Amino acid sequence: MAASSDRIPPPLLPAKEEPGAATPDMADGDSDEGEDIFFNNSVPVAVSRGVSQPDNVNEQTPDLFGEEEAGSTTAISNGVHSDDDNDLFAEAHVELNTPGGSAPKEPSSSSGLRPASSFTTSPAALQPTSLEQMEEDEAEDSFDVDVAVTNPEKVGDGMGAYVAYKVSTRTSLAMFRNKTFSVRRRFSDFLGLYEKLSVKQSLHGFIIPPPPEKSVVGMTKVKVGMDDPSSVEFVERRRGALERYLQRVVSHPSLLQDPDVREFLEREELPRAVSTQALSGAGFLKMINKASDAVNKMTIKMNESDTWFEDKFQEMENEEQQLRKLQAVVDSLVNHRKELCGSTAVFAKSMAMLGNSEDNTALSRALSQLAEVEDKMEQLHQEQAASDFFIFAELLADYIRLMGAMRGCFDQRVRAWQRWQESQSTLQKKRESEAKLLWANKPDKLQQAKEEITEWESRVTQYERDFDRIGMTVRKEVLRFEKEKAKDFKSQIMKYLDAMLQSQQRIVTFWEAFLPEAKAIA
Amino acid sequence: MMEEVNGVTSTLSVDIQSIKVTEVVKDGHTLTFLIESEKLSGTGVYHVDRTYDDFEWLQQHLFSQEEVSGIQGVIFPPLPVKAQVNASAKVIKQLGILGLGEWQAYCKAMETFVRQIAAHSILGKNNAVEIFLTSSDPPGRHRVRKNIFNRLSQAMEGMRKEGHKDVDEFFQTERDHNLVFTGCAKTAAERFLDVVQTEQKIAVACGHFSTALRLCVEQGEDPDELDFTKVCVKLSEVFESIQKNVTSVAENNVSTLGLGLDLESRYQEAEKEMLYRRTCKLVELETTRRNAEKAKPVKKAAMEEVKKAAETEFDHISGVAKEEIARFQAARVKMLQQALVQWCEKQLLTAKESADQFNQHLQAFRGMA
Repeated sequence: MAASSDRIPPPLLPAKEEPGAATPDMADGDSDEGEDIFFNNSVPVAVSRGVSQPDNVNEQTPDLFGEEEAGSTTAISNGVHSDDDNDLFAEAHVELNTPGGSAPKEPSSSSGLRPASSFTTSPAALQPTSLEQMEEDEAEDSFDVDVAVTNPEKVGDGMGAYVAYKVSTRTSLAMFRNKTFSVRRRFSDFLGLYEKLSVKQSLHGFIIPPPPEKSVVGMTKVKVGMDDPSSVEFVERRRGALERYLQRVVSHPSLLQDPDVREFLEREELPRAVSTQALSGAGFLKMINKASDAVNKMTIKMNESDTWFEDKFQEMENEEQQLRKLQAVVDSLVNHRKELCGSTAVFAKSMAMLGNSEDNTALSRALSQLAEVEDKMEQLHQEQAASDFFIFAELLADYIRLMGAMRGCFDQRVRAWQRWQESQSTLQKKRESEAKLLWANKPDKLQQAKEEITEWESRVTQYERDFDRIGMTVRKEVLRFEKEKAKDFKSQIMKYLDAMLQSQQRIVTFWEAFLPEAKAIA
Repeated sequence: MMEEVNGVTSTLSVDIQSIKVTEVVKDGHTLTFLIESEKLSGTGVYHVDRTYDDFEWLQQHLFSQEEVSGIQGVIFPPLPVKAQVNASAKVIKQLGILGLGEWQAYCKAMETFVRQIAAHSILGKNNAVEIFLTSSDPPGRHRVRKNIFNRLSQAMEGMRKEGHKDVDEFFQTERDHNLVFTGCAKTAAERFLDVVQTEQKIAVACGHFSTALRLCVEQGEDPDELDFTKVCVKLSEVFESIQKNVTSVAENNVSTLGLGLDLESRYQEAEKEMLYRRTCKLVELETTRRNAEKAKPVKKAAMEEVKKAAETEFDHISGVAKEEIARFQAARVKMLQQALVQWCEKQLLTAKESADQFNQHLQAFRGMA
């Protein structure tokens, strides 16, 4: 669930075994080694550099600083104008960690070649017997799909118009037809993907990343014209959200395997998704809450043998509340910054007027200079506001939605439990009727009863196994989620800090340039 | 606006540069200012406490110096509007940047007022200044006789004389220029206040964010969440830094350029008032001339006397005014220069310090597991 992907590109060398081909069967929850393969390795490497400068792929240190320059200058910019494929990925993966700073539990990541060999050696050894071991196995990761969403373009006119985005993928996985390819998709396509994944995958207890919300107001403005600043901001916001959404989907080992995902990324023309009603604005959360309510209303209350789930659920609810509070504060911060832009601009004008009326030449010049400095400040404040917004506000919004999706997982587990319980009670009833039939001595019906019992016995076993498996999946998902969350936040914060730092440095240059002008007044 | 003491000995017994408003004390609704000044004799320091009434007393005393020839040509250092604890919204608005915070800027402005009066070649000689600075008895309790140009007088006279054409090109130009400049300066000061107030709001929001983050992590003792907790704690520190930075920027703004623009704006108003007084005198003079011309032989001599007196007074006023204007123009440029340089230097320092801080935070994040 990394907003900025932390995936290494395994070097494109023939000697490497393709991680993608191994153990594709995710449905078999009894063996976990397959899923471990695709856990994210948190060492960030200049993914884009890997493509443009193949000789640098193995040298991670210089790339990082190289990418920092590219990454940090493009980090805040509107992704709309990148045409170069390499730039797409530079924006998608702004990495500011150094190898030294990466998680010590993943030391193997410094050499890109290693992953391939190690995981094939002992699948048995990878069988996790405990959660701790599951965590360590993340080191086996070698993941290789990168997606970027760019180039929003308005298609058509009037109220029927829509925005099409370019979805570009770069991968070395065998399951895709090509190494790099791109398609055009519209917003409803993304929603459609979510719907399909929800239906199929949520039963397993996976956290399905939620897509961004529909917005009638935002889209209507865009349909009318894409040029005004609020439309530009809206489109950029959406583009970013769609990109993060896709990145989260492809970074999920099980979801990546879903053929719908592949189709979404690869297929030229997608059939129009129609039933995307449920996912507007608050609709998504409403849906989750409705499902929760339904679960709560079921008469059989879950007897929780493992307090981990209850505790975790409570924790998550608390955290969601905290995130909402944070979101409110960030919103207010963003508004004030925008206000500052406005007042700075107005102040600059008033200083310019003062400078114009001034007789003393040096003072007049200094005042005009001041006005220019303030204009530059305004520009900076704009960027700062955008930074606050696109980095933090969106991050928080994403995670609030994700926590909703997490709650959905927990509900799935409860439902699985209920299914199991119901099947047990049905089995019990069947046994009772068998006993009754024995008494009544009706041999033909007895046979049927016996058959039914056998059937239900196997169902009970199946459902119990399902329940256990979903429990394990949910635990793993939660762990994975929490790791991704920490990583995500950390990487976004570093992006933010970097932007702040650059901002201050620019401010220093402005003042240094102004000082002599001020001193020259006589 | 500091005037050089050009060999003219002031009767003041204190060193003007040492005059300081060291503190302001709230006493119910009233603010009491503690003023300190060093004795020229080097034998110690005067400490006096003064309320706004005392400052007004000083100002009124100076206004009422009828015996000083051409006194109406003086540009009087402007006294800030009266500040109060829990001031009304109207007063806060009038105070502008001086009304911010805990009166630090206001104290500085009051200090400037006293220094400018003390250093003024004409005003500084008045005994009231000495009393104001050194007497242990607050002088404001004694009412002053009505003076000839209370601040209100201008409004009472009506502004119609303001446009009256001048006989002297120098003054006409100065009046025209002053008209434009007063407006610009006032606007600039107001706009700057808006900037500062918004900066303060940002600082508050950053503080909230920082606090909310800390609350966020106090809840969880979950070992799985350790990473995230660490991140949140660090982020909370980052936002504390940002809050400090923005607060510093705002404070720098107020203490340098803010005060400068405020003073400029009020001083332009003071010049406007002086020019207006002179214009009124001009109108009066022209009236006396007409009267003298039209006077019947019986009254003619008397009218001529009146006319002569008016002419003399007008000449004195214009003479003083010319000098005042020259000093004013030089002084204001110097004042603005100082304000701009100080502003720039302070902001530069703050920016460098903040850059350092952010860099440290960034490195800390990089080093984090």
